[in-house]
Amino acid sequence: MLKFEGASRQYGDVIAVGSVDLEIAKGSFVALVGASGSGKSTLLKMVNTLEVPSAGRILFAGDDVAAQPPAALRRRIGYVFQGIGLFPHLRVGENIAIGPRLAGETLDAQRITQLLELVELEGAMANRMPDELSGGQRQRVGVARALAIEPELLLMDEPFGALDPITRDALGETVRELHKRLGLTTIMVTHDMAEALLLADRVLVMETGAIVADETPRALLAGKGGDTAQGLVAVPRRQAEKLAAMEASGPK
Amino acid sequence: MSEFLDILFGLGDKLTAHIVLAASAISLGIAVALPLAVWASRSRPVARVALGFASLIQTIPALALLALFFPILLSLRAVFGEGLPTLGFLPALLALALYALLPILRNAVTAQANLDPGVLEAADGVGMTSWQKLRLVEAPLSAPFIMAGIRTASVWTIGAATLSTTIGQPSLGDPIFAGLQTQNWALVLAGCFASAALALIADNLLGLIERGLARRSKVMWGSGLIAVAAGIVAALIVQFGGTKEDTIIIASKQFSEQYILAQLIGSRLEAAGYAVEYRDGLGSAVVHNAVASSAIDISVDYTGTIWTNNLKRTGNPGREAMYQTIKDWEAEENGVLVLGRLGFENAYAFAMREDRTAELGLTSLEDLVRVAPQLTVGGDPEFFERPEWIAVRDAYGMRFGQTRNFSPTFMYNALTSGEADVISAYTSDGRIAADRLVVLDDPREALPSYDAMLMISPRRANDAALITVLEPLIGAISVDAMREANFAVDRQEDKLSPKEAAEQLANELGLN
Repeated sequence: MLKFEGASRQYGDVIAVGSVDLEIAKGSFVALVGASGSGKSTLLKMVNTLEVPSAGRILFAGDDVAAQPPAALRRRIGYVFQGIGLFPHLRVGENIAIGPRLAGETLDAQRITQLLELVELEGAMANRMPDELSGGQRQRVGVARALAIEPELLLMDEPFGALDPITRDALGETVRELHKRLGLTTIMVTHDMAEALLLADRVLVMETGAIVADETPRALLAGKGGDTAQGLVAVPRRQAEKLAAMEASGPK
Repeated sequence: MSEFLDILFGLGDKLTAHIVLAASAISLGIAVALPLAVWASRSRPVARVALGFASLIQTIPALALLALFFPILLSLRAVFGEGLPTLGFLPALLALALYALLPILRNAVTAQANLDPGVLEAADGVGMTSWQKLRLVEAPLSAPFIMAGIRTASVWTIGAATLSTTIGQPSLGDPIFAGLQTQNWALVLAGCFASAALALIADNLLGLIERGLARRSKVMWGSGLIAVAAGIVAALIVQFGGTKEDTIIIASKQFSEQYILAQLIGSRLEAAGYAVEYRDGLGSAVVHNAVASSAIDISVDYTGTIWTNNLKRTGNPGREAMYQTIKDWEAEENGVLVLGRLGFENAYAFAMREDRTAELGLTSLEDLVRVAPQLTVGGDPEFFERPEWIAVRDAYGMRFGQTRNFSPTFMYNALTSGEADVISAYTSDGRIAADRLVVLDDPREALPSYDAMLMISPRRANDAALITVLEPLIGAISVDAMREANFAVDRQEDKLSPKEAAEQLANELGLN
C-alpha cells in the first residue's frame, strides 16, 4: 500500500527525517509517536507531498508520489490535522463536499447527511457555518470532509491535539470504529503514547528523524521496543497504576 | 446661495467627466494591483519591490505626478507615434491609477498574509490546485479587506481627480481652479461640494459592498455593486452619448484674463455656429504643447513666454523682432498658426503700493536696487525660476531681503496687506489700477515684451472659415479694455463671471 524507500528531509543542515525505510500494509492503523521535533509530522506530510523528500522516495499503491500532480494525489488521500482548517466562508455541507467538488462531482444532500452521521453529527448541521460549531464538532466535520472522497489512505496529524480529554476520547473511538467499518488504511501522528496504544494496531516511535521502534501495542506493553519507546510507555502506565492504587485504597 | 445652487446644477458635464475619469483610474488600479498582490503573496522580493514602489508614488504630490506624465507621454511618442495623447484623459488616468495602487495593493497583500495558515494547509490538503486555492479560498476570504482598500483608493482618487484640470482633463476641479483664480468663492464651494458629495456616495456604496462581503450577504454586496455600476454607466452615457466630432477646443491658463479671452473667442465661434468646448485652468507649459499637438485648437499665449520657454532664448531683440521670430518659428517647427496680436501686453513688471514708493522715493528698478535688501518680494510660483527675474537680477544687481511665492490672485492681497513690499505684477492686471499700484520703470529694458497672440493648432491652421471668424479680434483689445475686464472678474464686490466680462468686453470693443 505505502512504501518509504530511504525517504529523507533536510532543512539546510538540520535533518528532520533521516533515511527512513518502511512498509505499511493495506488496512493497518499505524500510530507515529514521538516528542515534538522528532520528525513524525514531516514524515507523514511527505506522503501527500505537503513536504517534499530531499532524498529517497515514497511509493503509494506502487507509484512514486512525487511523480504525480500533487492536487490529483491529495484527492485520493484523506487528511485531518490539528488546525482542522474548515473553510470559514463555506457551510459545513460545502466543506464536506469540497473534495468531490474539486474533482468536478457534486455530493447530494443525502450523502452529506450520511457522512455527518458517520462522525456522529446531525444531518441538519450541514447548513451551519463553521464558526457556529464547538471545537470537537469542527474536528468531526474535518474527519467527514476527509472521508467524503472515499480515501484509500487516511492521514491524521495530531488530529485531536487541540480538544479536551472527553471529546478527544470520544472522537478517537469514532475514528477507530470508522477505520474498521470502512476498511481504511490509517496513519496517525500523535505525541500521546496512551492514545497510540489504545487506537493503533502498529506503533512506530520516532526520535531525531529516525524510527527507533516498530511494535504492536501489546509488544510495547510487554517491554519491547527499546529505551525511547519504553520511556514513552512508562508515562501512561505509571498514571494508570497510580489511579488504580487510589481506587484500591478506597475513600478516606 | 441661489448663485451657488445655479453653479452646482450647471456642473453636470464636469461631474460625469469626473466620474468617468475616477472610475477608469480605480478600475485600472484594481486591474494592476490584484494580480500584483497575488504575485507578491507568493514571492517576498516582489512584495517588497511592489509595496516600496507604490509607497514611493504616494510621496509625489498628486499635482506633480499629473504634470510628470506630460513629458513621459511626450517621450513615449517615439514608440507609439504622434497620435499618443499627452494631455487630458490619458495622463490623468495613468497618474490617478498609480495613485490608487497603494491602498489596494497594501490591503490585498496584508489580507493574504493574514489568512489562517490552517485554512491554507487544508486547501492544499484537500487537493486544490493553486488556481482553485486562489479562487475558492484566498480570494473570498481576502475580499472584504481588498474592498476596504478599494474604498480608500476611491475616496483619494475622487479627491485627486480635481487636480486633473491642470492637465486639460475636464473634472470637478474646473470650477475650483477657475473660482480660486477669480476669487469667486461660490464656484470654488460648488466644485468642492460636488466632489466631496461624490466621494461620500462612493464611500458609502463601496462600504455596503465591503460589509456585504464580510457578512457573506449576496443581497448587500450585490445591490452596492449594482448601484456603483449604474452610476458609472449613467456617467458614460451622458459623457459619450452625444459628442460632436467637430468641436473647437479652447484652452485657458490659470488666470482671469485667460478665462475671459477663452469666453470671448468661444462665444464668437458659437455665434458663427461652431460647437465649442473649454479646457480651463491648464498649466502654462501644458498649453503650448497642447496646441502644437492639436489636443487643443485655440489658445492665447504671450510673446515673452514663448520666447523664453519654447525658443529658449534669453536676449531681448525688441518687441517687433521678437514677435516675427516667434511667428516664423511656430509655423516652421510646430505648424502652429500665430494669427496675430490681440493688441495688448501682459508683461511682467514690478509693482508696489503708491504710499510705499512715495515713502522710499522710488520710480524705477534702478531706485529699487538700493532698498531691495530691506524688502520682501512676492512672485507667482514660477517667477523666480524664470529668465525675466534672472535678467532683472543681473541687469540691475537686484538682491531682495526675502523672496516669497504666492498664487497670482493672492499676490495682490499680499501686497495690500504688507506681506510683500514688491510683487511681480502683470501689466494687464486690473488690480494695478484698482489698488492704485505703481509699476516701476525698467530703464535697462531687462523685461521682455509680452504681446498677447492668438494661436491656432496645426489641425485648424488652414481652416479659412474659422480664421475669418477670429480675425476681427486681432489688434482689437487695448490694455485698458483688458484691465477693466480683468478687474471686473477679480474684484471683491459686484464680481462678473468670465463669461459676463467677455460679453461686456465684446460690447465695448464693438465686436458683436
